[in-house]
Amino acid sequence: MASAPVSPSSLAAGAARGLSDWIADRIADLGALLLDRVAAIGDVAIFACRTAGWILARRQRRDVLVPAFYQIGVLSLPVVALTGLFIGMVLAVQSYAQFKALGLQTRLGSVINLSLVRELGPVLAATMLAGRVGGAMAAELGTMRVTEQIDAMESMGANPVYYLVVPRFLGCLVLIPTLTVMADFMGVLGGYLYSHLVLGIDYHHYWANSREYVDAFDFLMGIFKSFFFGAAIALVSCHHGFNSGHGAEGVGRAATNAFVHSFVLILLLDLFLGMWLNNVHDFFRPEGPRRLL
Amino acid sequence: MPRVPAAPPRPDPAPGSTVPPMLSVEGLSVRFGRQGVLRDITLSIPAGETLVILGESGCGKTVLLKCMIGLIRPTVGTVRFEGQSLARQGERALAHLRTRYGFVFQGAALFDSLSIADNIAFPLREHTRLAAAEIGAIVDELLAEVGLPPTVKHKKPVELSGGMRKRAGLARALALDPPLVLYDEPTTGLDPIMSDVINELILRVKGRGRVTSVVVTHDMHTARKVADRIVMLHPLSRLAADAPQIVFNGTPADLDHSRDPRIRQFIEGRAGNRLTELRDAAALAAGEGAA
Repeated sequence: MASAPVSPSSLAAGAARGLSDWIADRIADLGALLLDRVAAIGDVAIFACRTAGWILARRQRRDVLVPAFYQIGVLSLPVVALTGLFIGMVLAVQSYAQFKALGLQTRLGSVINLSLVRELGPVLAATMLAGRVGGAMAAELGTMRVTEQIDAMESMGANPVYYLVVPRFLGCLVLIPTLTVMADFMGVLGGYLYSHLVLGIDYHHYWANSREYVDAFDFLMGIFKSFFFGAAIALVSCHHGFNSGHGAEGVGRAATNAFVHSFVLILLLDLFLGMWLNNVHDFFRPEGPRRLL
Repeated sequence: MPRVPAAPPRPDPAPGSTVPPMLSVEGLSVRFGRQGVLRDITLSIPAGETLVILGESGCGKTVLLKCMIGLIRPTVGTVRFEGQSLARQGERALAHLRTRYGFVFQGAALFDSLSIADNIAFPLREHTRLAAAEIGAIVDELLAEVGLPPTVKHKKPVELSGGMRKRAGLARALALDPPLVLYDEPTTGLDPIMSDVINELILRVKGRGRVTSVVVTHDMHTARKVADRIVMLHPLSRLAADAPQIVFNGTPADLDHSRDPRIRQFIEGRAGNRLTELRDAAALAAGEGAA
């Protein structure tokens, strides 16, 4: 079959149209992605409101709460304690050389303990909770979705948010401060043990400097932030589980996304809450924090 | 006697007036994104009837069953239970309405974390104020009714065979003595003897008062044994744009005498030229993907 002759001008026009179509497609893709993200955020917000509604609407059942609390709180304690202990020691290892060069090694306790109670304790406890509990919650609820157990619950007139999300949400919200306290305590202990036993820093100076530079506000700031971290982990993980895709792959993706999204959200919340709490601190203490040097 | 108090009974209908059917589906269509699954389905199921919904895999039978209990919201159309539209119910009202349904899931959908006894007791603990001893007695009674030994009470669902799980799922669905029971593929995955045991149980459940049943299946033996009426659905993807999706609505005897080639192919279980069609469609899709 003979083909029609193609002029150079029509080729150029075709190429220009092809490029503009390509750009339009990319813009449309970007818009669709943005809309998806906005819809997902809205979906999580509605999910959070339904969870809050069921917390207030009905008395919680002890036989549902206790297993969730045990799973979230008690079983997470050892791993949080262990990581807290090591992070305290690592802080001592990494800070010692710089402080020694300035002749300030006796003030090591203040920087280790300040970092721990303000940042590392709460973030570490939240990260361990997201990894150990968040992924498991998403996988468990995802499996229940895939095997129609959530549908079965609804078909019996029971609300899955009340039975499955509220106990996990309350467990994370109420128990993450205790895990944070454990991470803080073990971190402080680890930092001290390494500083005193290995680096030979004097016991009296270590604790005297810690007392001088770390106050109750620093400790409470970490505890305050942990409530937000716990709520974020529970909501994000349960939401991923509830909206899990089909099959083993869908459940696996839900578990992975639960951890990744929880972790990103923990860091985002940490940044913004940290900025806001510093302003609160400055408001009550306009003279600012005590200077280390 | 239902174990959950029902809505106040309506007065007896005046002579000449019509009693609403137990369940009705009016002009129901369901789409998932661009994919249509059900189109303009209208059905009416009177109290006491056992309706079997037949059709090939993927024709939308399970979607229709889940629409009937409000687990899937139809894109268009209405489902009414005893004259009340499910879409107009609030969350709590719908939950209360669902206590009058029993739903037997294809894979039983027993809660993995609970024992069999706790699974069966779940709706009783959720919706009644019965004492633990009374709930225990009902659980024992239900286990005996579906032919499960008391030794399974403390076992987890994963420790049971497929047939035992299905029977435990049926016992849980019957816990609140519902007037309407929906069965999703009740015999799929079971050996012929256990399949017939399930069929017998469906007939026994029907015998408990005036229980209305809707059974979704592609098992012709089940359909012939339990159905008062059979409805057959055809997949939308194989239908012309304006053709009705319900290709048969009648008694089992009428189904056997039907001359519609689509119905004959299904009830005789013939592949016909289906494999060639499927291979052509796959090749076409692969060609479009490559282009």
